[in-house]
Amino acid sequence: MNMPMYVSPEQLMKDRADYARKGITRGRTAIVSVFSDGVLLCAENPSNTLRKIGEIYDRIGFIGVGKYNEFDQLRVAGVRHADLKGYSFSREDVDARWLANQYAQTLGQYFTHEMKPLEVEIAIAEIGEEPESDQIFHLLYDGTVMDTETFVVIGGETETVRARLEESWKPNQPLETVLNQAVNALAGPDRTLKADDLEVAVLGRGNGRRAFRRIENETLDEHLSEN
Amino acid sequence: MTLPRFSPESDPGPDFLGLLQRLERSPSWGAGSVDTNQITHGTTVVAIQTLEGVVMAGDRRATSGHLISHRTIEKVFPADQHSGVAIAGAAGPAMEMVRLFQLQIEHYEKVEGRPLSLNGKANQLSQMLRSNLPAALQGLGVVPIFAGFDEKLQKGRLFEFDITGGRYEEKDFAASGSGSLHASTVLKLRHTGKLSTSEGIDLSIEALFHAADGDSATGGPDPIRGIYPVVAVINSNGFTRIEDSELATRTDTLISEITGD
Repeated sequence: MNMPMYVSPEQLMKDRADYARKGITRGRTAIVSVFSDGVLLCAENPSNTLRKIGEIYDRIGFIGVGKYNEFDQLRVAGVRHADLKGYSFSREDVDARWLANQYAQTLGQYFTHEMKPLEVEIAIAEIGEEPESDQIFHLLYDGTVMDTETFVVIGGETETVRARLEESWKPNQPLETVLNQAVNALAGPDRTLKADDLEVAVLGRGNGRRAFRRIENETLDEHLSEN
Repeated sequence: MTLPRFSPESDPGPDFLGLLQRLERSPSWGAGSVDTNQITHGTTVVAIQTLEGVVMAGDRRATSGHLISHRTIEKVFPADQHSGVAIAGAAGPAMEMVRLFQLQIEHYEKVEGRPLSLNGKANQLSQMLRSNLPAALQGLGVVPIFAGFDEKLQKGRLFEFDITGGRYEEKDFAASGSGSLHASTVLKLRHTGKLSTSEGIDLSIEALFHAADGDSATGGPDPIRGIYPVVAVINSNGFTRIEDSELATRTDTLISEITGD
């Protein structure tokens, strides 16, 4: 009689976590940070077409790192879910906390039940009426959710970039300052990142119903040169 | 509700209506025939091509048979930043169609990361009308106008539809609803083919004024209660609704021209 090989649950989970983490750290880093008038989403991304940042709903934005097809599937699922909820109930009933819980469930499901965990780390940000109500949710490959009202660094060399950003970051700074701090933290002391190497978007409080705007090309260059 | 997941074969892509269908949540209308006298109807809407883009306008009356059911209903809506949709016909299905149409366009833009072309939007509306045909045959017809600023061609464009989903692009103007015959006579006589935005706004007010004069289901301007048509301008800057105060001034000018004061 064949006996199935015994693997302890601790070992199984550890192997899965190691596998997912390895995939995520191979990629580049991304930052989500609040500024005086909204939330900044900023990623190092040399591609102009394969995007890491996306609009989910009126006041909610998405950023993902890791395996492109996996976080893009999550982004699209989020758009679908938010649009369905807004259609069934009302636009104001769609919020980031609820969406983060849904993402956590899905990520957790993949981590424990599927063949392999998703090799992604994502963050979703929501702006409120006042700066105090801006929120960022950080989700890990296993479904762990963390929330913050300051900034989040995900993917790649998370610890190093976080340490660099922590040195300069302060609450309530204007967009240019936070953007330049984020880009410098992503670049490190030995590199400079140009507009072409970056993907940047904001959720701005003054942007009307749909708060999401990309900052691209010349506009991004202007913002960066004001450093 | 959990996050919707699909296998690659059944993935609806950027199609929100397809998503509703997969989840078996499509809205459906019509079960037996409907007494159309008991259904709220929106009446007259127009769209006018101008040099800078388009002007869309609609009166404010809704009727159920011979009754005026609403005095201040709105029939002109932004579809997205650079286009608008104006509705005539059964108000309930029409409003729902507008809501779904707005969502469909926005959903596509978010999923795909870039907006649908103006032709694509007109085509979407056409498909929605076609799927509404069974309800239309039972008396719940919707006949919208779609107009927008085509960023590729850098000009305004107008589309008329019928209940079967037929899509007809018009050059100078479009009109729909019970007062459309009177309104389009005014538009036909007055449209020079070279209207400025301001002239377009005045013309839309005049067309609706005469439609209200000849059609009992179309509401005229009502200075006593401060009710004026909904007028919107769509150009390269996007969709802008004209303030009631400005419409009041323009209506006064029109009336003094007619009375000769």
